[in-house]
Amino acid sequence: MATVTNPRTDDSALSRRAFLSVSAAAGGGMLLALSIPQDADAAVALASSESHPEKDAALNAYVTIAADNTVTIMSKIPEIGQGIKTSLPMIVAEELDAKWSDVHIVQAPLDKVFGMQFAGGSFSTPMNWDLQRRMGAAARAMLITAAALEWKVPESDITTSQGKVLAKDGRSLTYGQLAAKAVKVIPPDMSKLLLKDPKNYELVGKSVGGIDSPKIVVGQPLFGIDVNVPGMRYAVFQKCPVFGGKVVSANLDEVKARPGVLNVFIVPVVASTGLPDGMAMGLQSGVAIVASSWWQANKALETLKVVWDEGPVASQSSAGFAAKAQELSTQVPHKVIRTDGDPKGAMAGAAKVIEAAYSYPFVAHSPLEPMNTTASVVDGKVQIWSPTQYPALGRTLTAKTLGIPEDAITINVTRCGGGFGRRLGSDFMVEAAMIAKLQGEPVKLLWNRNQDLQHEFYRPGGFHYFKAGLDAQGQLIAFTDHYIGYANGPKASNSADLAPAEFPAKYVKNLELSTSTMQLGVPTGPMRAPGSNAHAFVFQSFLDEVAHAAGKDPLQHLIDLYAEERVAPPPPAKGPPGGGPFGNLGPPFSGKRAQGVLEQVRDTSGWGKRQLPSGTGMGVAFYYSHLGYFAEVVQASVAPADGTIKVDKIWVVGDVGSVIINPTGALNQCQGAVIDGISQALGQQITINRGRVAQTFPEYPLLRMYQAPQVEVNFRLTPFPPTGLGEPALPPVIPALCNAIFAATGKRIRKLPIDTRQLKT
Amino acid sequence: MSYTINVNGTSHTVDVDGDTPLLWVLRDTLDLKGSKFGCGMGLCGACTVHINGKPTRSCIAPISTVGTSNITTIEGVGTSETGKRVQDAWLKVDVVQCGYCQAGQIMSATALLTANQKPTDKDIDDAMSGNLCRCATYVRIRAAIKLAAGLPTTDSREV
Repeated sequence: MATVTNPRTDDSALSRRAFLSVSAAAGGGMLLALSIPQDADAAVALASSESHPEKDAALNAYVTIAADNTVTIMSKIPEIGQGIKTSLPMIVAEELDAKWSDVHIVQAPLDKVFGMQFAGGSFSTPMNWDLQRRMGAAARAMLITAAALEWKVPESDITTSQGKVLAKDGRSLTYGQLAAKAVKVIPPDMSKLLLKDPKNYELVGKSVGGIDSPKIVVGQPLFGIDVNVPGMRYAVFQKCPVFGGKVVSANLDEVKARPGVLNVFIVPVVASTGLPDGMAMGLQSGVAIVASSWWQANKALETLKVVWDEGPVASQSSAGFAAKAQELSTQVPHKVIRTDGDPKGAMAGAAKVIEAAYSYPFVAHSPLEPMNTTASVVDGKVQIWSPTQYPALGRTLTAKTLGIPEDAITINVTRCGGGFGRRLGSDFMVEAAMIAKLQGEPVKLLWNRNQDLQHEFYRPGGFHYFKAGLDAQGQLIAFTDHYIGYANGPKASNSADLAPAEFPAKYVKNLELSTSTMQLGVPTGPMRAPGSNAHAFVFQSFLDEVAHAAGKDPLQHLIDLYAEERVAPPPPAKGPPGGGPFGNLGPPFSGKRAQGVLEQVRDTSGWGKRQLPSGTGMGVAFYYSHLGYFAEVVQASVAPADGTIKVDKIWVVGDVGSVIINPTGALNQCQGAVIDGISQALGQQITINRGRVAQTFPEYPLLRMYQAPQVEVNFRLTPFPPTGLGEPALPPVIPALCNAIFAATGKRIRKLPIDTRQLKT
Repeated sequence: MSYTINVNGTSHTVDVDGDTPLLWVLRDTLDLKGSKFGCGMGLCGACTVHINGKPTRSCIAPISTVGTSNITTIEGVGTSETGKRVQDAWLKVDVVQCGYCQAGQIMSATALLTANQKPTDKDIDDAMSGNLCRCATYVRIRAAIKLAAGLPTTDSREV
């Protein structure tokens, strides 16, 4: 094991404030050079608020060691089912050489000492891998220094194992025995820490069960919906079914007379927050019903009659958008976002040209725990308990909406009953805060299921009009896409943009990507693998069409396409494809890594080697998103009588770098992601009709046990830092399924969700 | 109105409207938060409890219909040998992602294994398809049920 040496042994007690500032600065700033303001007092309070404050020693913002050897590790990122509350602390514990059974993990509240705290973009692993290693290693170094001073031996004669510091001469002390002394040593230079050689890992790379699972299987209250606050009331909030509509009047007195109802009031719209992100949409107008029980509040909705001013969005509909997209497809695109070579000339000279129009609908995230938040507003101070993926945005939005400073708001982050991007929005949080303020009592706001489905930040729909030109040898020499999506004013709607680097860009000599937009009043936002979950379907399906038109094996065709970049790389885009606003977190895209997973999934799936019965087919797709490379093969059968689709099996090969931090969690994410994708393709669709959502929950089919296929996941390890797994396994499964259906039936799926009626023979 | 119900072997008298679903009595009157509200329509199964051993969607079971039946919730299911075996299998297989649906899944799985000690894949499909898992942990739910039944955990469905 690598030994961390600390050249600066100093017995003088460094003030706790100074120390924590140092460790927080080093910890937060290393990887991304993000500016992390320090708040040492907050970190002290955090580190010591759990268990035994008088005995605990906070070695840094993440690691506190108690005299009884309990190692408390703060988990900075909201847990939404992605397993981050287990996997990030594993990294800290690994470098700390803690004994896992001594580790106690605490969900960190929102605090600037932890830097950026949000669950999104599969960023948590790449943004925190190095940080978490160093926080563990720094704490370990301080324990070693403390032992060296205690024993009066050089640090190089000291090592650590399983929560103990060991001297060459056989002496040993537990971390708990040393912690109080370790707090007083000068922390090591964070940039010079020696980290473990991964081949010596004892915990990272081993499967560790979900840290909260023992509590979950016995029904302990962990979720936002489970929060109890003394004196709490229960609320529902009815907004206009038309997005952006406002209350004109309502029969408040009649509703107030219902059993258990304490108060009914109109919440005025506070729509403009000045925040740039569409997901920070301000408080919408609606009617709040506050009751002694949630059931009574929800039941009283039956009596509620509201006169709405529906506003301008009432004229929008999915059918209208589809007709408009069709019209726009015949016109010059609004904007050309990329041109390589001479796409028009090459297309004109092509031996064969194929064209296809693809589309996909709006989709709702529908996490199983409906939106909720509990809030208490007392003397201008706001306490919030919320299942949120993005507490900081919620706090900013709440502060602006209530007109109070951010530091008057405390956000307690609860476990989330699913996220998928839905809880990056904070509409439910600001509603709860405003209702609690107006009510003057603590309030738990809980949406009912139809409200949850009908007030979302939907995955935006879109329309793509493709053209591909092949030469006489079947080589793809020209490729164009006219993407017709949605915009709010001059900007693409949230998660509706198309990156100029979208594959096959750079890999085809003559290529044009262009866009046109339609103005949308429906809120949209990121859903698991935003952008990618839609673009993978259209691009990877159309490339399958290209392979078939060229008479090539679709899997080999992809491998061949990724063989070389045929266009010099343009100036770097603002982030990796499917990335986001946080810059480049990893190495640039590598065609070789794409080929690697494709080759491996060809072998694991028995691609091209298996005898399949009639009506059964295999399809393949590859997609790179969130720094992860995923190639997937789907085997599906189609019943000729009614077109029913049965997904038999999915083979997944992923490349997310050199280390799979927690294999059981990693496999679970991939298994879930691909079945999630199948669920979308088979049945999920939100239709807008007169500015409102047409579906209720029974009309929004989520995949069930009897439809769930077998899934085989393998990882290809490559020498790159590990990256996230919440998202990248999802996108390719949808085109792989559609390509399998083509292989099974000869019928091409160009529109989601899949209409099985078109598959009848 | 006053109702006396029997939950996990303990008798409770509650004063609620007669149409209040059992789920809300459990969660908000008795503070048993393990049973979850997912849809309120009996479609997702997150609220599944046992009423006299039968898996029941408590979100659509009015308290007035419960009478003196024996109600078992996720908080109490571990006292039965089968329930405990299912909970242990859930941990061993590491089923959970977000965990929100898992109380309902465990209740349905325990009812299945109580009635049918060696379920086939088809039996599992039939018993478990009323329980949605939005994280789609279905592969592991299937494996955990088989583990709890002492069956090989490999997916034996034909491909």
